[in-house]
Amino acid sequence: MNPLELVNRLRTFLPSEAVLYEAEDLRPYECDGLSAYRQTPMIVALPQTEDEVVQILRVCHAARTPVVARGAGTGLSGGALPHAEGVLLSLAKLRRILGVDPAARTARVQPGVRNLAISEAAAPYSLYYAPDPSSQIACSIGGNVAENSGGVHCLKYGLTVHNILKLRVVTIEGEILEIGGESLDSPGYDLLALMTGSEGMLGVVTEVTVKLMPRPEKAQVVMAAFDDLRKAADAVANVIGAGIIPAGMEMMDKITTHAVEGYVHAGYNLDAAAILLCESDGTMEEVAEEIQRIDEIMNQSGATEIRTSRDEAERLRFWAGRKAAFPAAGRISPDYYCMDGTIPRKNLANVLSGIEALSAEYGLRCMNVFHAGDGNLHPLILYDANRPGELKMTEEFGAKILQMCIRAGGTITGEHGVGIEKINEMCSQFKAGELEMFHAVKAAFDPHGLLNPGKAVPTLRRCAEHGAMHVHRGEEKFAGLPRF
Amino acid sequence: MQYLIDQFSDTIRAAAAHKIPLCIRGGGSKDFYGNRMVGQEAGMLDPAAYAGIVDYEPTELVVTACAGTRLADLETVLSTHGQMLAFEPPHFGSAATLGGCVAAGLSGPRRASVGAVRDFVLGVRMLDGKGDNLNFGGQVMKNVAGYDVSRLMAGSMGTLGLLLEVSLKVLPVPAMELTLRIPMAEAEAIGRMNLWAGKPLPISATCFYDGALTLRLSGAEPAVRAAHAKLGGEEMDDGADFWDSVREQTHPFFQPGKSLWRLSIKSTTLPLPLPGKQLIEWGGALRWWASDEDMDAEAMRIMVKAAGGHATLFRSQELYAAVFHPLVPEMMNIHRRLKEKFDPMGILNPGRMYPPF
Repeated sequence: MNPLELVNRLRTFLPSEAVLYEAEDLRPYECDGLSAYRQTPMIVALPQTEDEVVQILRVCHAARTPVVARGAGTGLSGGALPHAEGVLLSLAKLRRILGVDPAARTARVQPGVRNLAISEAAAPYSLYYAPDPSSQIACSIGGNVAENSGGVHCLKYGLTVHNILKLRVVTIEGEILEIGGESLDSPGYDLLALMTGSEGMLGVVTEVTVKLMPRPEKAQVVMAAFDDLRKAADAVANVIGAGIIPAGMEMMDKITTHAVEGYVHAGYNLDAAAILLCESDGTMEEVAEEIQRIDEIMNQSGATEIRTSRDEAERLRFWAGRKAAFPAAGRISPDYYCMDGTIPRKNLANVLSGIEALSAEYGLRCMNVFHAGDGNLHPLILYDANRPGELKMTEEFGAKILQMCIRAGGTITGEHGVGIEKINEMCSQFKAGELEMFHAVKAAFDPHGLLNPGKAVPTLRRCAEHGAMHVHRGEEKFAGLPRF
Repeated sequence: MQYLIDQFSDTIRAAAAHKIPLCIRGGGSKDFYGNRMVGQEAGMLDPAAYAGIVDYEPTELVVTACAGTRLADLETVLSTHGQMLAFEPPHFGSAATLGGCVAAGLSGPRRASVGAVRDFVLGVRMLDGKGDNLNFGGQVMKNVAGYDVSRLMAGSMGTLGLLLEVSLKVLPVPAMELTLRIPMAEAEAIGRMNLWAGKPLPISATCFYDGALTLRLSGAEPAVRAAHAKLGGEEMDDGADFWDSVREQTHPFFQPGKSLWRLSIKSTTLPLPLPGKQLIEWGGALRWWASDEDMDAEAMRIMVKAAGGHATLFRSQELYAAVFHPLVPEMMNIHRRLKEKFDPMGILNPGRMYPPF
């Protein structure tokens, strides 16, 4: 169907300002948080109700037009990168909190509601929504479901998949599925798990029922400095080995602490090779006991300096540096590229030395921030896009880090998703049969492949073309994608 | 043990070629659960020989074991390192295997506070209905590469594939556990369980039965003691045995009767108007109803649906009664399509979950 015909069809039930197609109106939607990839969509549709979502999907399904769903557009893997011949379906206007049930500790919200807004709405009842991705001020819950977002506290409190009860999902055929329930489980297959993290490939989420948790009485953080990364990694294992599940456990390397200290003045030890932040939360008694044990373990693990937050202001200051790592990277470098591999923690020291060697090889600096409790690495490669070839080198460096994560028994993405960014690395992590099964699962929901086509799961043809990817990758990125 | 996998794979291929149903059965401890399989001349697929721990690093909080591993053996190994399967799976017999535990998807008393089997599954290795050996998920806590097929396997009753290996997140055994008993009426107990679940209290299990609420507190000793002081109640000496009897259904409430219904509903639902006794778990979200009377299954499902949940005929003397809550047509449609992708010839445990597949 030609674009104007589709616009007219959509405008039969959407107000004209909710259907955009002029180049200047489309521009703001050309990328998500991964701005290295840009593509304007053919049309942007901005529904305000679930019924409008149903009608849009029916029209697109009938016209065999691709649909890319988008929440707040903060994703870091290009999952919401538009399709040139498709409709970008923005869920931003579905942003009502439909209800908070303090007794049952749940909230029912539309997909465009910001992650943090849920906790704010629950705050009067001393409840909160646990997953806290660093973009929580801006990112939407619909996007969190699509990516199975985590956050600093997910070792103890889980990812999105552990903190939602029910979804309303519209299929590309325009059918509404109620997945999950108000109970703790549901009959049949666990489609709630399957939908979570499916990157907008299986359906469009129009409503989410989340679990709320009681706000802990107290939180306190231990900041420990180490003169050797290996010792810091051992300290993490020692804490876990002692039977402690910290509320948060984060590691920063020297280049990171230097970058953030000048920015937030958190009081980090600048001589340290690594800084660990280890948080305890719970009742007053629990925290007092746990903090004392953490302190002892850090000491026994060879920390050169240990400080425990004395009050809430100091706790927030210790965290401020970690939270400012990304902006700090932006301050010391014109551009940075954030990676997202996960590894078994025991391989941390080796992987970090590997990254250091690659950093030297490529002549590109790399900051390492690390969700140490669950093995999720975020190397930030610093580069300058204005220097010819540097982006390409950065991508090559990044791809090598991901290959290293796979070899270390880990995965190419812990929480940012595959999107368009890591689609080639999927060929390394999965065998053909597994990729075929992913395509089959998608086909069960979306037989014509109209939802977010070309993302998350590579075609076998694409993998074959990139078969020698780790040997000489980089001649032509995304050769399988049409160019516009 | 590759030869075992090859054998399983050959069995599946041969069955698929001749469209002969296969009954996947580990220890057989959960034979009573679910619908009867469809198909008279079914072949057997017994993964019990594929047993043993593949990888276990206590400080990684991850264990990978073969599906035929006895649940009891796995739990023993974990306990020697001060760790546990936090979802407290019911065994229903010493022969229970890890594969059966994951396929049945059942969780025990700690479920409301820490999560279910599916919440702890990190990865699986499996054979699909074509006999293909596939790996999904992995051995790390955070992993969003590809669809979450491994969690989908939890509770799928062996209808999507034969589990070969499962990787699970494990948790440390709490330093201290203490069980309290507080006499109160059912409605009050439901209110209290929900109220307390909204407070930062170390409650790890709840059970209401016969005029008393039983609570388990877990954690560091000072935290447990402080919570006891706040909540009151009498400390039970045989707390661990009590929770074991609830999990394994050896508690007198579960004495075999005509039928045992498992009603999974919104936790705040007021007492359900059912004759006879109920046992309530999971902070009010799980209600067991044992009855010797005939119950109109249809009426039961309507009532439970209105309470935001679903009803399972968990145990019944009637062999051919429908066990699981019926799916609406749109959901049944997706289920059938998924089943067809994983098991195109429809040979794996057909009918065990729903008669159409």
